[in-house]
Amino acid sequence: MRRRLEEVGFRTLMLMALLSVVGALMLLIMVVAINGARALNWEMVSQVPTGGYYLAGGGGVLNAITGSLALAVTATVVAILFALPVALFLQSDYGGRTRFAVVVRTYLDLLWGIPPIVYGAFGFTLMLYMGLRASLLGGVIALTFVELPIMARAMEEVLRTIPRALKEASYALGATRWETMRWVVLRQAMPGLVTAVLLAFGQGIGNAAAVLFTAGYTDNLPRSLFEPVASLPLAVFFQLGTPFPEVQERAYASALILLVIVLVISIKSRLLGRLLSKHNVLD
Amino acid sequence: MPHVAVRDLSVTYEGKIGFKSTTVEIPDACITAVIGPSGCGKSTFLRCLNRLIDNTPGARVQGEVLIDGTNIYDPGTDLSALRKKLGLLSQRPQVLPMSIYDNVAYGPRIHGTRRRAELDDIVRKQLEVAGLWEEVHDRLHQPARQLSLGQQQRLCLARGLAVEPEVLLCDEPTASLDPVSSGHVEERLIELKSEYTIVLVTHMLRQAHRLADYVLFMYMGELVEEGPADELFSNPRDERTRDYVAGTIS
Amino acid sequence: MISRIFPRLMQERSATATIWLLSFAVPLLTVGLAIGLTLRSLPILRDNSLIDLLTRTTWRPMAGEFGFLPFIVGTIAVTLVAMVISAPICLLAALHLAEYAGSQTRTLLRPLVDLLAGIPAVVYGLFGILVVVPAVGRYIAPFAESHLYFVPWLSPQQHATGYSILAGGMVLALMVSPFIISVAEDALQAIPVGVREASLSLGATSWETSKYVSLRAALPGLVGAVVLGFSRTLGETMAVLMVVGNVAQIPESIFDSAYPLTALIANNYGEMMSIPLFDSALMLASLLLLVVVAFFNFAAQMLVLAVRKRAGE
Repeated sequence: MRRRLEEVGFRTLMLMALLSVVGALMLLIMVVAINGARALNWEMVSQVPTGGYYLAGGGGVLNAITGSLALAVTATVVAILFALPVALFLQSDYGGRTRFAVVVRTYLDLLWGIPPIVYGAFGFTLMLYMGLRASLLGGVIALTFVELPIMARAMEEVLRTIPRALKEASYALGATRWETMRWVVLRQAMPGLVTAVLLAFGQGIGNAAAVLFTAGYTDNLPRSLFEPVASLPLAVFFQLGTPFPEVQERAYASALILLVIVLVISIKSRLLGRLLSKHNVLD
Repeated sequence: MPHVAVRDLSVTYEGKIGFKSTTVEIPDACITAVIGPSGCGKSTFLRCLNRLIDNTPGARVQGEVLIDGTNIYDPGTDLSALRKKLGLLSQRPQVLPMSIYDNVAYGPRIHGTRRRAELDDIVRKQLEVAGLWEEVHDRLHQPARQLSLGQQQRLCLARGLAVEPEVLLCDEPTASLDPVSSGHVEERLIELKSEYTIVLVTHMLRQAHRLADYVLFMYMGELVEEGPADELFSNPRDERTRDYVAGTIS
Repeated sequence: MISRIFPRLMQERSATATIWLLSFAVPLLTVGLAIGLTLRSLPILRDNSLIDLLTRTTWRPMAGEFGFLPFIVGTIAVTLVAMVISAPICLLAALHLAEYAGSQTRTLLRPLVDLLAGIPAVVYGLFGILVVVPAVGRYIAPFAESHLYFVPWLSPQQHATGYSILAGGMVLALMVSPFIISVAEDALQAIPVGVREASLSLGATSWETSKYVSLRAALPGLVGAVVLGFSRTLGETMAVLMVVGNVAQIPESIFDSAYPLTALIANNYGEMMSIPLFDSALMLASLLLLVVVAFFNFAAQMLVLAVRKRAGE
């Protein structure tokens, strides 16, 4: 009897735990969607702020949307340039079994754990030192730091699932390591790699702490690497900070825009992964 | 009435046939070998007997399995009590993540035995029955993982026996063991058959020859033939059985 | 023949060289970051001892007084509240997802959880302002005031606005939960089916199997999930900054405002240039965060190793 009671009790508890977490997160999405939808209109997504925007005047957050995309896309591209070689390196075909790989893995874990605000603050100091001001370039550097470990770890996990036998089949045909990577491993791993890239992109575009000092904020569209850019997370943050309810409403709308972008990317990456796996030999 | 009887039992996996309607009685106090090529449904058949099949997603079971005369697929069946009656020895030894002692004491503890002295007795007795006591009595509290595979499988046997089952279900219990360890496990099964009803799934014909008193031959999801071991091996009635026993199909 | 092999060989060699070379970037970047932060925090350490900085409670940059204790306490308090709320709930939820939910529920919920893990911090912060802060201020704090007044830490000491440690902790708990659930569920899924079946076949119920076998077998992974969640919570900035009130004080209850280190950096970095040593103080704060996170990563790994050794793997 006691056994039965404990069984039922804990099963209920587990179900409730899951439901409460999922429920709370659904509530979050609903609250943001409902509040955001009220202030959302075409002007919001198609115009930059006009003169009186922060006093509840006209305009929109196109500057932040384009700024965020510019920041995250560039940072993602730069991060790929480092993350992919690192992930390849961590396989046993290259340095995976060496002591240096242990070092790289440890530091990668460390980088992964460092709070983005630290990257932001340090990046800012570094920029001052080099005589740069807050700019797209600064934001990209800070965001690359944030994205690199996320991407490299995800890529490494994808590459680890490639069966040894598959590589050996390629080596047995006389292919070099690079040819095996290029034509077999990367191909087989492509869906996972794309997911890894988009995962990092999603984290990058939503990150406010890293770009807070490094990218600055502006009402203009991004024009050059050396000028400040706006970003959506900061648009949410700054607009919430104003005393005008109309502007705060726009913060909700900006948050909704950001949320939609992130969710769409995340869903797309799953679908894309499936699409790209048509040549895969193993499930 | 034998301990285990099966009536019109069939299994489908998401529409595909696991095995077709089967009716059979498993004789008590001997070893019944279920033989057949891999994929013929013999493991699925075994998993039906203690309802582990419930955990397989997509599997649907129809028909009856009578354990001591009660249909275990009746709603309201006490799974815990049922599984206590049927010990399982799986293909790979599955030791629990705890010490050797706790592995054997696990079942009795679950079923309410708490006194240390009593547990000590059970652990010792069952390890002796499994032929493992001599090898491990001085390191009972070390992780079970540290044992060799062959020792692990005998530990699993001791663990299964500790809940005092009536039936032992063995799913290719020597498949992952070296010949010497296999020999140990086979010896134990022969010693145990006077007290337990043993169902042994195997794809090794020679093992069935060595151990079985009664044989079920399954082929592509169908129970083709059953009978006492010497009869079935020396004089199979069905053509498929003849081919399988002769080694022309596998 | 040689002419055909040669370019392939060159390609192979340059690819290998590139891969090795770029891999050096990871340790270099990390070490560079640590050295840079240390150098930049040296000025303030020259004038004050580290112990003093960490234990003093007054924060008056204009007067040259930099006491980090309120911020350290703030960070710890918010993180602890978040973990107390999220760890048990997340582990139970992960267990349900891994071992009890039907395969349909799992294929539906698992991607959803991963999806939710990607929601930006500011969105969580916004949710905190719209829902959590009012809930704490209007319902939870008054309730605690009338029913829990005798419990230290849990009864409001001053008028509660809702912008509080509790609100910060709740928002962070929610934010980190998809992550913890995801890592914990992976650890539970990695247990071989046969081990669970072995337990079930001895007559153990599902919960008994979870309790004695799954939780034990997956312990390293589960501990790892919680510790990683902990260190993520520790470094979170925007979400907590928006709801925690940002008052530099030693809090007396979870209904008080606090001022975590991350919020300190984020709120003050722009204006630091004019005040001497302010910038160095904030770099020291960053360095502290880095060291603490590094410590927890290290501890998590040690823990996992120790547990694994005991489990005899």
